[in-house]
Amino acid sequence: MDLVQLQRQFVDYRTSLYHEGFLDEQFTQLQELQDENNPDFVVEVVSLFFEDSERLLNELARALEQQSIDYKRIDAHVHQLKGSSSSIGAQRVQKVCIAFRNYCEEQNVEGCLKCLQQVRHEYSLVKTKLESLFQLEQQILTAGGSIPM
Amino acid sequence: MEVAGEVLASESQLHVLAVDDSHVDRKVIEKLLKISSCKVTTVESGARALQFLGLDEEKGSLGFNGLKVNLIMTDYSMPGMTGYELLKRIKRSSTFREIPVVIMSSENILTRIDSCLEEGAEEFLVKPVKLSDVKRVMNDCIRRGETEGNKRRRVDKRKFEDDNHASSSSSSSSSSIPSSPSSPLPSSPSTAATSSPLHSLKRAKLRDHN
Repeated sequence: MDLVQLQRQFVDYRTSLYHEGFLDEQFTQLQELQDENNPDFVVEVVSLFFEDSERLLNELARALEQQSIDYKRIDAHVHQLKGSSSSIGAQRVQKVCIAFRNYCEEQNVEGCLKCLQQVRHEYSLVKTKLESLFQLEQQILTAGGSIPM
Repeated sequence: MEVAGEVLASESQLHVLAVDDSHVDRKVIEKLLKISSCKVTTVESGARALQFLGLDEEKGSLGFNGLKVNLIMTDYSMPGMTGYELLKRIKRSSTFREIPVVIMSSENILTRIDSCLEEGAEEFLVKPVKLSDVKRVMNDCIRRGETEGNKRRRVDKRKFEDDNHASSSSSSSSSSIPSSPSSPLPSSPSTAATSSPLHSLKRAKLRDHN
């Protein structure tokens, strides 16, 4: 695939992520903060998000397995996940977190378990998609091109 | 220019202390501040922030890094000490109460915003924080760094405007940005009372935004 095709594929892919609600305006904000002095800024922030999320998802699974469920603790974890997903523009993950917090407030274990499953699913989707996006970016750069804004 | 020198860091760059328990948010706020030409120190908790400032009882002034802090931006919801508690500690300190404190929160709760402003927070930013929010906060800080004389004149002028134009945002320093319910008006140190014209103008603007 030549450079122009790669760039077009990149733009189309990125646009689709916004249309499908995987990413929102906040992701654009992050891209706009990136410059030559810090060309890996977005990848770095997103990597932190991946690390944080994986840790939080594990904590959530553990917390929901307990005999006596600590909803406050679960809510605190979901709040963190909601915050970091919002900060990088991972809109679908953020939305599930909102529903998750409502179930916590109701102390509804079934609802919480369902949300945990959903949030894991949305997280894994956005992770795969962002990784593909970054891969496309890397291909463009390797081919000597620049990333279309 | 002595007052400006006191407020601004030695190289005339604002030094901002950013406090947030989220690693992602610390990275983002650091970038937003660096792009806005600030020196940045990020810490992960209120306790660490106090240590850095030298307000920590145990460490005394040993934790103080030596570089004057011109602005503190703190997350509200943090484990241990919340941003609100940190705000109170700073405003109750004779050494540090003059440092403007900005609160950041993902939750747009009016009572929360009110309590923070009442305790002396400069602004309350709703997360995710944007570059335009940071730039506005910076401009307000720079204006605060003007000479004492100008500051007094401006506060007096605003008080006069407040008394006469309480419902409109006619002064050039105010802006209506629907997304973040924060007021760009610099707070004068003496107006902690809720009945001050400045404070009621801030609250009125917040209600408009919500």
